[in-house]
Parts: sequence; structure tokens; C-alpha cells
Amino acid sequence: MKNLIALILLLTLSFGVVASEAIELQEADIDLSDNESLQRGAQHFVTYCLGCHSAKHMRYLRFALDAEVDQKKVLKDIAPEGASIYDQLRSAMNKHDAEKWFGVQPPDLSLIARSRGADWLYSYLKSYYLDASRPFGVNNLVYEDTAMPNPLWQLQGEQHSEIRKTIYGEYTKLVLEETGTLSEKEFDIFVNDLVNFLVYVGEPVQLERERIGKYVIIFLLMFLVIAYLLKKEYWQDVD
Amino acid sequence: MKPTRLTECGNWVLERFPVTKFWNDHMAHYYAPKNFNFWYFFGSLALLVLVNQIITGILLTMNYKPDAKLAFDSVEYIMRDVPWGWLVRYMHSTGASAFFIVIYLHMFRALIYGSFKHPRELIWIFGMLLFVALMAEAFMGYLLPWGQMSFWGAQVIISLFSAIPVIGDDLSLWIRGDYVIADATLNRFFAFHVIAVPLVLVMLVFMHLVALHEVGSNNPDGIEIKASKDPWGHPVDGIPFHPYYTVKDLVGVGVFLLFFATVIFYMPEMGGYFLEHANFIPADPMKTPEHIAPVWYFTPFYSILRAIPDKFAGVIAMGGSIVVLFLMPWLDRCPVKSIRYRGGIFKKALFLFVISFLALGYLGTQPVTPLATTMARLFTTIYFGFFLLMPIYTRWEKTKPLPKRLTRTHSLEEQLHALEEQLPALIEEITELKAVDTEIGHLAFKSTFFSRRPNPQGMAHVISRLVKKLKGSLD
Repeated sequence: MKNLIALILLLTLSFGVVASEAIELQEADIDLSDNESLQRGAQHFVTYCLGCHSAKHMRYLRFALDAEVDQKKVLKDIAPEGASIYDQLRSAMNKHDAEKWFGVQPPDLSLIARSRGADWLYSYLKSYYLDASRPFGVNNLVYEDTAMPNPLWQLQGEQHSEIRKTIYGEYTKLVLEETGTLSEKEFDIFVNDLVNFLVYVGEPVQLERERIGKYVIIFLLMFLVIAYLLKKEYWQDVD
Repeated sequence: MKPTRLTECGNWVLERFPVTKFWNDHMAHYYAPKNFNFWYFFGSLALLVLVNQIITGILLTMNYKPDAKLAFDSVEYIMRDVPWGWLVRYMHSTGASAFFIVIYLHMFRALIYGSFKHPRELIWIFGMLLFVALMAEAFMGYLLPWGQMSFWGAQVIISLFSAIPVIGDDLSLWIRGDYVIADATLNRFFAFHVIAVPLVLVMLVFMHLVALHEVGSNNPDGIEIKASKDPWGHPVDGIPFHPYYTVKDLVGVGVFLLFFATVIFYMPEMGGYFLEHANFIPADPMKTPEHIAPVWYFTPFYSILRAIPDKFAGVIAMGGSIVVLFLMPWLDRCPVKSIRYRGGIFKKALFLFVISFLALGYLGTQPVTPLATTMARLFTTIYFGFFLLMPIYTRWEKTKPLPKRLTRTHSLEEQLHALEEQLPALIEEITELKAVDTEIGHLAFKSTFFSRRPNPQGMAHVISRLVKKLKGSLD
């Protein structure tokens, strides 16, 4: 009996070791209260993503209100020309063309941060490397054989992959072959802003939710104290 | 004194509709044992969660669209454009998981205190029917957001029906209303989730309570309080449900809501367990997700299904794992109800059962590997062993003598107080005073003082005592 329990515990605990991620993701620094970063992220999104990807659940107006940007400024600096403040972030690319060019319709990115996670997006956007066997000449370390070409190659420059050997085994390292218009540090900030914006777009109410949560918890704590005192009062004669 | 208009009005109603009688029968004059402990909060909490689900559910239907083309977007519309829609949606999604947590604990209470035994067999049966209805409700509700997991989860579960010989394929086609999960499926699941199953649930809750109030509540001692009554016919060890348990349950409600609100406001996805990450991708019949896992509350049963190599046998085993629960009142041959007075063999069996249930639940969330399958088979065997061997091992039980009256349990304050008194002695035991030399700076200024340092020997002592105590509680 004792041996059995020990065996069960041992085997159950050993599962954690088996299941480990193939590629270690880099950590994105998410701060939704950083309005500057969100604005930059929105700008990057419209410039580099909106050509193919929509974020149809997001409206410019909502962003203006949440990131505390003037509505006119949003229309001037962020939204594409001719957009209305009530518009959703919709791509102009139609499904037919998209399928002809990329094989698939680029997915809507409204919820991409919730399905993939910030770290995945951050690592993904940084992990393109040259691969002549792919239709667009690039492949991705995080998402192998991705259908998406690297939209940020001019900024980042071009990377190639190298296999490095260490005493722990082999791993793939991406090495910058040709520098882009941004330095490595600037590019990290660029991608981080973009991911920050995508996390915000995934659930625009996040900050509001956490703010309200505090008051709800405080109210419930007060309720609990009163309920407890009431219970004590009623139960004092029950032995 | 002449009755006022208002009293007359009230009396007019009461003569025709027995509100007071109903209130007295079920609340003010319903005598409940006075020694209910922590485990007895979950019945009223289940009712609270049911009400939460119904109210938030009604609010959600006002903006949700049961249409394969619109469903996913309408949920996001609720999350973003409907005022407070996000709160209502999170209350509903968190409520679903909370419902299962509460119900599992409620069922566990019945297992440890023998609440399923004579004369409460029917309460248990109604409760089990409620559990099955709840699973159906949750399963169909999970399709409605029309995400990838909604779609593929439903696809996997409904395809199970096709494993039934002869009628299988036609049956699963009939359930889906199409060859794959499609708009027709979504529409009928919506109908079931929103009206049919909730009606069944409410009716069963009513029957569960009527049956309970007919025979009276069980208690942690597992003896019948109706056996000793005072001259007025009230159980000596009973107290009126209202106000005593209404105010006590209010405390339980407070604690529960604290946890509930924390999840809603700070971790609504619960790390992908309450809202799965893949479900934020719209359903796509052409793209199967890498890893299909049902929501956490179905995983123990899903594990049992996967553990069996043959599909049809797996379906039978999964169904069987729920059917055996229905049979509990007749499988358990021990006359003693409460675990407090039952023999060690039952305690050990129950312990193994709990371990296997949790392990199966964990394994159900993980991808299949040969090791995981072997483990799942082992735990499935234990799961069924607990039930099917019960008629045998419960006969051998060496039970302890039952008390005539309810025993007094120490309240939380008393337990904390006792702990507080023991604490200094405990600290004394696990630490020791050691002389420590210090040097300050470069100065030749040395001082020695005594400092408390952990004492490994003392700790080992305390731990071995604890283990012995735990082992003793299993005898």
C-alpha cells in the first residue's frame, strides 16, 4: 500500500519533466498603462499589419478613449486616410486576393494575443530567418513554415540561422546578416510596442477590469466581516 | 384590536396561498443538525451559482447570436461594445467552472459523511441526475462561443456516439443535424442550453430539496438527529435552518464570492483552464487544433475514455464511470455513515479514489504519451475498483461505536486559538539557540550572541509526528 502511493506520486510528478517546450520564448514587456507605447504600437499596427490583417473587433474611437489620445490625433496619426473614428480596424485586402497571394486569408488579429500569448508574438516577430526553400525566402523559428512573409525585414535587417553546439546539445541561433534601419535595441522596442498594442486589442477592458476589481474585493471583505459578526451574534447560544 | 387594511389584505392572500406555511416548512421550522462544518456550505453555494448562471445567461442571450456566421463575433461584441457585457460574460464563464468545483466538493461531502445512504438514497439519485444534467448543460454551452475548442470538443464528443454498433452513425448524425458540427448543431445546442436543460435543472433542484426536507439533513456524525426529540417534537440536536444556517451560509457566500470575484477580475482565463486559449480562434472545420482537450471539469472522464484502447469500450467505460456513482447507496454495505466512525479500509479506499480522480483530471488535460496512457489505465482501474469492490471491502470494515447524540466540533476560532497556544512550543522544538560570533567591520570588535537557527532534528521529529497522526487518521 505504502509502496503503491509512493509509486503513484513519483510517476505523477515525473510528468512535468516530460512536457517541456521545444523553443524557449523571449519575454515581452507588457504594460497596458503605457499610453505612449500603445500609441506607437497602434501606429506600427496600421502601418505594417493592417495591409493584410484586420482587427475588426477594435474601433478607432475605443482606442482614442482608452489610450487617452485626442480623436483628431488618432485620425491624423494612426488611422489610414479616409477612416472614420467609428470605424473598425479593417484591412482593405479582400479574401480572394489574399488566398491567391498567400494561400490563406491572413487571420483577424483582434484576439491573437489571447490565443497565442504576448511572449509568443514577441518571439515570433523577431524570429524570421532567410530560407531559400520557402516561397517568400524566409522561415520562422517559432512558427515553422509560416505563410507570412516578414513584414518588418527592412527595420530588423535579415537574419540567418546557425546551429550552435554546446555541452547541453545543439540549438539554433539567429544571426543578423544585414542590419536594418533600426538598431537591435530600437527594433526590440518596436516589436514590444506592437505586441503591447495587440495585448490591449485582445481585451480592451483589461485595465478597467482590474481597477474595478479592487473595489469589488474591498466591498466583499466588508460584507464578509458583517456577515461573520451577524453569524457570531446569532450562534452565541448554540453549543 | 381591529386588523388594519394591510393585514386583511395579507390574510386574504395567505388563506389562498400558503406562503407562511412554505416558509416555515422549509426555512424557519426546518430543523437542521447543529454541527454542520465547512463541507456543508456547498449546497447553498451551488444554488447561488445556479442563480448566477441563469441571470447572467439571460443577459447574454440578449446580445448573443446562435448562428455559425455570427456567434463568435457576437461574443466579442458582448465583450467590447455591450456596456458591462464583459462582466456578465466572465461571470457566466467563471460561473460554469465554479459550478463544477462546488458540485464536486458537494459530492465529496456526501461520500465522506455517507449522505447517500438510507434514508437519503433518492436525494443522491436526484443529485446524480442533476450532475448529469449539469454536464449536458456545460457541454452544450461550451459550443456556443463557436471557437476552435468549442467546435472540435463537440466534434470529438458527438463522434463518440458513432462508436455505438448498428445505430451509431445515424444517431450521431441525428444529434448533430449535419455531417459535421454546423449551424444546425449550434442552433439546437442553444435551444437545449438556454431553455430545455435549465428547466430540467430547476425541476431537479426542487425535487432534490423536497426529498432532503422530507427525511432531514445528514451531518458530519452521520447519526439521525430525529432519534432524540424534545417534548415539542423538535430534534434536540437540531436548530431551525432560518436564521441559523441562513446567516452562516451568508459567511460562506462571502468567502466564495471573494474567490469568484478574484477570478473574474484578475484571472478570467485561469491560465487557460476556464477559458481555453484555442477558443479565441473562430471555429474552423478545415483546421484541427494540435491538441484537443475538453474543459477541466470533464477531463477525469475524458481520461477514462482515452485509457481504453477500443473506442466503443471507452465510451462504455466513460458512461460507466458515472453510472457507478448512481449505485453508491447499494454498493456501500457498511451501516455506519460518517467517515469519523468508519473503518480504515474505507478511508484508504476513498483516499486512493480521490488521488485517482485528480490524477485522471490532470492526465485528461495532457497530450497522449505511452507513459500517460499507462498511468491513466492504472488510475482508471483504481477509480472503478473503488466502486466495484465496495460491496466486498465495506463488509470487512471495523467500525467505531456511534455516539448517541451529535458530538461537538471545535469551531474555527477555537482551532485557531489552540494552534496559537501550541505555536511557541512548536517553534521551540523546530529551532535551537546557537551561539553566533560576529565581527563588525575591520575593527577587532567581536561579540557573541544567541540566535535561533532551524533544528533539523526537531523538524524531523515534528514531521514524523504529523505523518503518524495522518496515518492514524486513516485507520
